[in-house]
Amino acid sequence: MEINKELIQKIARNARLNLTEEEIKEFLPQLKEILEAFSTLDKLNTAKTKPSFQPIEIKNIYQDDISEPSLPQDIALSNTKHKKNGFFQGPKAL
Amino acid sequence: MDFSKDQKHFKMLAKDFIKKVKDKEISVIKNTEKILKEAKNINKEYSYFNFISEEYALKQAQEIEKSIKQNKAQGSLLGLPISVKDCICTQSIPSSSGSKILENYIPPFNATVIQKCLQEGAIIIGKTSQDEFGFGGFSTNSAFEIPKNPFDKTRATGGSSGGSAGFTQATSLPHISIAESTGGSIVNPSSFCGVYGLCPTYGLISRYGLIDYANSLDKIGPMAKNIEDIELMLNTIKGQDPKDSTSLNQELKKSKIKKIAIIKESLDVDKQIKDLILERLDSLKIKYNLISLPITQRYGIQTYYLIAMSEASTNLAKLSGLTHGSQLHLKGTFNEYFSEVRSKFLGKEAKRRIILGTFARMSGFRNAYYLKAMKVRTLIINEYKKAFKKYDLLVSPTMPILPPKFSEIEKLTPLQNYMMDILTVGPNLAGLPHSNIPAGFINKLPVGILFIADHLCENNLIEIGKKLK
Repeated sequence: MEINKELIQKIARNARLNLTEEEIKEFLPQLKEILEAFSTLDKLNTAKTKPSFQPIEIKNIYQDDISEPSLPQDIALSNTKHKKNGFFQGPKAL
Repeated sequence: MDFSKDQKHFKMLAKDFIKKVKDKEISVIKNTEKILKEAKNINKEYSYFNFISEEYALKQAQEIEKSIKQNKAQGSLLGLPISVKDCICTQSIPSSSGSKILENYIPPFNATVIQKCLQEGAIIIGKTSQDEFGFGGFSTNSAFEIPKNPFDKTRATGGSSGGSAGFTQATSLPHISIAESTGGSIVNPSSFCGVYGLCPTYGLISRYGLIDYANSLDKIGPMAKNIEDIELMLNTIKGQDPKDSTSLNQELKKSKIKKIAIIKESLDVDKQIKDLILERLDSLKIKYNLISLPITQRYGIQTYYLIAMSEASTNLAKLSGLTHGSQLHLKGTFNEYFSEVRSKFLGKEAKRRIILGTFARMSGFRNAYYLKAMKVRTLIINEYKKAFKKYDLLVSPTMPILPPKFSEIEKLTPLQNYMMDILTVGPNLAGLPHSNIPAGFINKLPVGILFIADHLCENNLIEIGKKLK
């Protein structure tokens, strides 16, 4: 798969980033170099290897179904200026 | 200020300081005022803090001194000043993780490690500077002031916990820093700044309240002037946390050091560094062998960065300018607003990693990159596990170079930057505890020796740190 401007723009859209022309121009050769280096993993045969999503085996843990006070509304809203009537306020949905 | 001296100015162990506090020989208020004054002076030249929490610290000191006078004070860290890496949430103290997108974010809660420290009487003096979200090995990717090496201001502290390491070296007073590592961010700056740093077994210390970089790689750990302080802080902050479902409910194993091996591939570094490491190992008078870890050394960097960037790209998706962090005027659709905020406030390296991580997880590429990296991680873990069947500790230099000049770092490509982690990504990928022990100086610049132990064998690291003093 060729790493080109169109692919980077597609990835950026998925990642909710508006890259400038300058950024794309700078990133393109860097990303090519990096991905070429990363692709050397292909040399390893991992056909029968299970993936390790964690470094140590994690077991499912449970907690008792007891309700506790949640974050007070005013505290939850304390780090935003976009709020109205006790709700977070966002841009238009439509 | 001249920090170009040996470690003898580190006069008092934290435990001795705490005893003097409990015996009313040291005033907590006066000591806190003293270290705050020192921190502010040092910060003018070296930029180790994004925020010095003067008012908060003095209020804490007053409360502790009051309880000491009433003979009610207790705590294993009573009166001890601590600094905290800026990615760890501290209630009512700004926590930006070195990023403009979280500038002036004030967490409404404490991370579990912070809550534990406060319960034991520690005093938070400030939030230390770092690479944005931990993305870097020199702390030069900070969105704020870049910290400078305490031994040479034209050189880097290392990263991403550069501020923590720098201040730990620079302060003349008892102090411990709480730092964080994903691919080497505790031991790297510890090495470059000549201090002790310990990155624990994955899951030993709760990650609740840590602003994520990569969930399967992040670990919180201490930095200090001596191994005794490391041990004190480790024992204070470890333990299972119901708020972190990945935290472990297992005890540390007793120390046992019978056999040590140097990682053969790690000796392909600057000759002076290699000679110093071998000289320090010889001083231990413990026989050591050579061991080869070919998969880790040849494929560790690629594996680490693919996993770290993939996880980071999902973690950073929550930063959208709505509920917290930097914000703009609301306009356009959700996607348009999110994109505008993220593009304006995220730094270049953050964008690069988000792009790479998003790519690695995308349909059509996920198997070749993300899943492949997860499988190679298994091979790396197995390589270490096989080594630990035979050896109690593995050894290497912590960093392949001396602390570089800022002018040298500017010339590096992103890939060359990533390659600097060659010696530290392995234990981080495998979740193994590892520590940097100061080994000495070359050209008045510090060099560190890296010890790696098996899971839950932190006591081996503590013991070897005591032997190597």
